Amino acid sequence: MIIEKSAVAGTLESSDAQVTVEPAENGIELEISSSVMNQYGRQIKATVLETLDRLDVKNGRVTVVDKGALDCTLKARVECAVFRSCGQSDKNLPWGGAVK
Amino acid sequence: MIPRPKPERFRLRRTMMFMNAQKPGLIKDAYIYGVDSIMLDLEDAVAENQKDAARFSLYHALKTIDYGDTEVIVRINGLDTPHWQEDIRVCVAGGADGIRIAKCESAQDVLTVEKAVEEAEKEFGVEVGRTLLMAALESPKGILNAYEICAASPRMFGVAISGGDFRKCMQTKPTASGIDMVTARGMMLIAARAAGIQCFDTVFTDLDDMEGFINETKQNKEMGFDGKSLINPKQIRPVHEIFAPTEKEVMQAELMVRAFREAAAQGIGVFTVNGKMVDVAFIPGAERTLRLAKACGMYEGDLV
Amino acid sequence: MKNAVGRDIPEFLLKDGREVYQGKNYMDGKYLQKAAPRTRRYEKPQESKIVDSIVDALKQVGAKSGMTFSFHHHLRNGDFVVNMVMQAAIEEMGLDNITIAATSLGEAHDPVAQYIEDGKVVGIQTSGIRGKIGEVVSAGKLKTPAIIRSHGGRPRAIEAGEVHIDIAVVAAPTSDCVGNCRGIGGKSNCGSLGYAMTDAKYADHVIVVTDCLVDFPNMPASVEAIDVDAVVVVDSIGNPKKIASAAARISQNPRDLMMAENVAKVIASTPYFKEGFSFQTGVGGPSLAANLFLEKYMDERGIKMGWAIGGICGPMVEMLKKGKVGKVIDVQDFDLDAVNSINQTPGHYEMSASQYANPANKGAFVNKLDFVVLAALEIDTGFNVNVLTGSDGVLRGAPGGHPDTAAGSKCCIIVTPLVRGRMATVCKNVVTVTTPGDCVDVLVTDYGIAVNPLRPDLIKCLDDAGLPHVTIESLQEKAYSLVGTPDDLEWEDKVVAVLEARDGTILDVVRKIKPLKL
Repeated sequence: MIIEKSAVAGTLESSDAQVTVEPAENGIELEISSSVMNQYGRQIKATVLETLDRLDVKNGRVTVVDKGALDCTLKARVECAVFRSCGQSDKNLPWGGAVK
Repeated sequence: MIPRPKPERFRLRRTMMFMNAQKPGLIKDAYIYGVDSIMLDLEDAVAENQKDAARFSLYHALKTIDYGDTEVIVRINGLDTPHWQEDIRVCVAGGADGIRIAKCESAQDVLTVEKAVEEAEKEFGVEVGRTLLMAALESPKGILNAYEICAASPRMFGVAISGGDFRKCMQTKPTASGIDMVTARGMMLIAARAAGIQCFDTVFTDLDDMEGFINETKQNKEMGFDGKSLINPKQIRPVHEIFAPTEKEVMQAELMVRAFREAAAQGIGVFTVNGKMVDVAFIPGAERTLRLAKACGMYEGDLV
Repeated sequence: MKNAVGRDIPEFLLKDGREVYQGKNYMDGKYLQKAAPRTRRYEKPQESKIVDSIVDALKQVGAKSGMTFSFHHHLRNGDFVVNMVMQAAIEEMGLDNITIAATSLGEAHDPVAQYIEDGKVVGIQTSGIRGKIGEVVSAGKLKTPAIIRSHGGRPRAIEAGEVHIDIAVVAAPTSDCVGNCRGIGGKSNCGSLGYAMTDAKYADHVIVVTDCLVDFPNMPASVEAIDVDAVVVVDSIGNPKKIASAAARISQNPRDLMMAENVAKVIASTPYFKEGFSFQTGVGGPSLAANLFLEKYMDERGIKMGWAIGGICGPMVEMLKKGKVGKVIDVQDFDLDAVNSINQTPGHYEMSASQYANPANKGAFVNKLDFVVLAALEIDTGFNVNVLTGSDGVLRGAPGGHPDTAAGSKCCIIVTPLVRGRMATVCKNVVTVTTPGDCVDVLVTDYGIAVNPLRPDLIKCLDDAGLPHVTIESLQEKAYSLVGTPDDLEWEDKVVAVLEARDGTILDVVRKIKPLKL
């Protein structure tokens, strides 16, 4: 997928994460801040990158502000932000395919 | 993915707790309170501009969280919204046990949902017929069409009244006696029983009024409801206590089932328990009592 | 060198006879030489000890660079006195090389962090360390490792001369002109002054700071004039709203209530739950709520609680007034109901920290305790508890009376949710051991109960009562399955804090955290 425009998903509430995606040209630029950085920073990064990879996102600036979200929430927020950036978040989503 | 067993159409559903599908942090352990079913909400709990985000959250919540024995139902958006078709796709793909049809007014509404569910089951390789349905009656028209709704599909396991919208239509407010909804509750119960499905009462929204909640729940049991919708874990225990059978009922049921099985083994159809004549018609009720007793921790035997 | 809870204690700390933690009751029967303070004689009768300012008081007692100042934490997060005294000593008098020995430090003392960064405050000895002080100490800015002690360990260390207090500053809600202090009767009331008592007896000099001067004699005095050098009257010693909350309310959170009920069930299953039993609980959600369910079981069995101790709040006072508990002995008050009751309600008494929890005296109250219900930031599969460092390795907690009550009581119950946000409370290895696992008996979580295998007798009690329980390992695995297995924290070599066991041996150290850079 191609990040066509800036999009945000998620909140800054505890146990959630706010993910912002913006168009960019040279690969993935990932910025993560987390309330659980020292113990889960690596896992958060891995989950975000895996999710982007599954969605076949090659380029984009991705900013994650994590407030202790579980992995399933992180995935949901990344996916939603990416689909929103392409205007495709409302219907005919590939549940169980690229979204899994 | 956590493997979930095939949903049972008729299982114990004393308590169905609403939870915002957007909050996996809360959903992840809803079962620790011992609720029978959780109801993940895509409808009223989710703002109009977050319906898409809620589906992503729901999908992963369905796929990754271990709910144990708790049943997982999803309340989808009404058929008059642009959301319900995608709601159904995500529910089926995620493997929800059942779908609650909001604002159901006719058998056709059930059939419309059923068709979309079947299509989704085929699309996502889910066994056709796996996904159960229940209907929420929220309007006078829904109540008047209760029987055709209840009988509309073999997927239907139950019907519930939704007090908030119904009272708005009727221009009434909640009353302590329940007089405002007694007719609707009664009509819905009769329809559900006639169609052979379960029947659930509406939520009680004043969390501070435990006495009112308990009184309403007692009335629910006396009227014949199978269970009640809830909005907070602290409401679970009172419902389970009120719906629990008495020790005498449990003992009687155990005697009956045991006597019936012994008699049946000898080919006898009618027999006596404590001097009273009993036949096979009493047995489903007795077995239901024992199942309820088991869930309440009152019965540890192996008859059910 | 590895200690009895498996923690590696660096050799440089093991000098002057200092040992690593060897297990509970290791020091039993040994002798202690008490250290006496060097105090000034005030033989000539004085009309009053009131001086004009904190600086005047400091000058009068000969405050110098390099001295150790002690404070109590009864004013909790409303305290103004630590900051006022440090400002006077450092900014007005130009002193440095100062050690602060406080019974606890919190967010109210954030300004002290700057004095640490500036190198003016070089030592911290405390039970609680939170807020900015916790952050700068964790970042390695304090010149010497902070020393963290329990509420019982502190009076032990003072009496043994391991901490020598040059100047004890007693913030007093009321005082008379010669320094008889009480925690009530003024405008910034805190109730008990139990944590100030040992300090006042063992310090070379004592300065009382009050915002409510009352007529002589202010009786019964918690800190007595015979130990006081000078009295300073200031506008305000603290923010009353933050000193004592209106009333500690019992949680309505269903998760807390579920855990609290299970705590009460555990208690009721043991043989110690009988007429006259003794009890301490915390003020956290599920700990305090345990009171409610316990009362139900007491009524059912027709028994009463003999006595309760600890930090006290309204619900316990209520039980005292209803005659459900015989006596309440109080080292600290958490809400206005407790503040207004101490020494007023018959049966509600004040005690010192030493009387409460000191392991080296001839028998503190904790030694007679049947049950204690405590919270935890983390608990590991060895039942070791951490109440000091966050899971990110930063100092933000307080051992308080936790290790003392756990060690002294017959049945120590930890109650905590299995996870908090993404943090696994039940984990493989706690970041810091503040209460050793051999003092902890039962863990109650929202996912189940676990009993320490060291207590087969309690396991049998639960089994007999039909109370289900699981292994602590299974709870830890469940926690990790929910939130993912956390990575180990990474540390630098620098020791930023030393955690003393209550008996004075070394239980653990906290090193400087190496923040994760992705």
